[in-house]
Amino acid sequence: MKYIIKKFFSMIITLVVVSFCVFLAFNVIPGDPALRKLGTEASPELIAQVRHEMGLDDPLIVRYFNWFTSFIHGDMGTSYNYNVPVAGMVLNKVPITLTMAIMSFVLTILVSIPLGIFTAKYENGFIDKAITMINQIIMAIPPFFSGIIITFIFGMIFKLFTPGGFVSYTEDFGGFLRYLIFPSVAIALPKIAMTVKMLRGSLIDEAAKDYTRTAFSRGNNTNGVLYRHVLKNAMIPVITFLGMLLADMVAGSIVIEQVFSIPGISRILLSSISNRDYPVVEAIIMGVAAIVIIINLLVDIIYRIIDPRIEITD
Amino acid sequence: MEIILDVTDLHIEFHDGDTPTIAVDDFDLMLGKGEIVGIVGESGSGKSMSALAIAGLLNRGSMKKTGRIMFNGDDLLTIDRSKLRTYQGDEISIIFQEPMTSLNPVKKIGWQVEESLYIHHPEIDKKTRKQKAIDMLKDVGLTNAEEVYYMYPHELSGGMRQRVMIAAAMIGGPQILIADEPTTALDVTVQAQIVELLKKLNKEMGTSIIFISHDLSLVNQLCERVIVMQKGSIVESGKTADIFKAPKHPYTQRLIAAIPKIDIGE
Repeated sequence: MKYIIKKFFSMIITLVVVSFCVFLAFNVIPGDPALRKLGTEASPELIAQVRHEMGLDDPLIVRYFNWFTSFIHGDMGTSYNYNVPVAGMVLNKVPITLTMAIMSFVLTILVSIPLGIFTAKYENGFIDKAITMINQIIMAIPPFFSGIIITFIFGMIFKLFTPGGFVSYTEDFGGFLRYLIFPSVAIALPKIAMTVKMLRGSLIDEAAKDYTRTAFSRGNNTNGVLYRHVLKNAMIPVITFLGMLLADMVAGSIVIEQVFSIPGISRILLSSISNRDYPVVEAIIMGVAAIVIIINLLVDIIYRIIDPRIEITD
Repeated sequence: MEIILDVTDLHIEFHDGDTPTIAVDDFDLMLGKGEIVGIVGESGSGKSMSALAIAGLLNRGSMKKTGRIMFNGDDLLTIDRSKLRTYQGDEISIIFQEPMTSLNPVKKIGWQVEESLYIHHPEIDKKTRKQKAIDMLKDVGLTNAEEVYYMYPHELSGGMRQRVMIAAAMIGGPQILIADEPTTALDVTVQAQIVELLKKLNKEMGTSIIFISHDLSLVNQLCERVIVMQKGSIVESGKTADIFKAPKHPYTQRLIAAIPKIDIGE
């Protein structure tokens, strides 16, 4: 399909631009990887020598070009800090962060869609009002804080999991998932609140439209109008929103990994940024950017399937 | 003539503001089998409100409805909602002023035309339902019905969409079709075609039609009997020809005077 090919090319261009921006950013901010590696006590001669070995005294464009050519050949480079290939460092952390993001996304959908429908159906009823109020509160709580509360309640009081006792997916996959449930809830909570609010509003808007009246005139009952007519229309803006949420969850899991001591992407990302370990940072950011772009592409495709008014044009 | 719908003393008022607003007062209507009755009046005269009440689509918390709408031995104002729903779309259908927005934008035309059958006659299988929908689309003048069946509303013009609305309303062979300003949003040439179509369906299927319009000349083309409404009340009613010849109420006289006349002989 022409559309997909076109999207694919724009995706590659975006990734190139992103990677260059990261390079540029590291060039602008102060900090020297050679200095970080050797410590402040090192002699200027030694630092100059190491800088030369690392290729840091080349101009920015040359360095970028060198990184870029090896990257497209599948070589993500070597970590300045640990002297090991970046690929090995990053790739085995990806499943951890990704699993957590996907778990919180699935949780968001499973909880928010029924709740959104329910609150819209019984608009201004007691339960709707209660949920709307609770929503406002939850939306205002950042995940790291709810993470701490969850650790305290479910980890320390109910002892449903051992705080800090992360199990790797290579050892025990079930235990790995069980541990990730709690951080996923922390990530999902504010997103659930937002999605419920969004879906509720969207459903109420759609229910006021003319085609709803037509649907009633054909003898549909409330559920018939809701599920056969209104829901599909109301989901159109919500799908865009969910796409943005999923992208945000990948990024948002970084903070939560710290709170729950999960050795995911975030730990290496943070240490690499402070150590000015460009190759590692580049690799992670490229990965996150690629995920975000792929999610956007998927949202676009789903959008076109649901809404026939959007033509696939090239 | 057999009377199939008998509305007496219909009174509708809203309680949204400080003082109740009376939308319809003392409205009476008798509709015979196979008859076409027109309701005319300007915006806010209560004609659409009366129509929506008959179609069972007026359902707001802050309103009061009194009177009687007798259909098939039931008072539509007081019967159970589930009983009312068995009439809606099957015995009493309605088409609206805005064909552009009255169809669901994300559902195929065929699906929307068939929906009444799906709801009221689940015994009809999918294939027969599709055939009926295509036949109905042809009956309303969409010659490429097989293609239209798979299209979406945005792919059709306003006139075609109104034809689709009519097809969806008529597929169950209703006893009453309420046409609430069905031509107002359409071009003049398309208006005439829709009026002709309603006439044809009335003759072929024997469906009684309540035709609501602010355009007296269209009513004159279509309806034997007409009811003139102003500010929620009926000011005049009778045979269309008589009222056209000798309007008694000053409001009717003004409405007739407002019809643009084209004198070709000058």
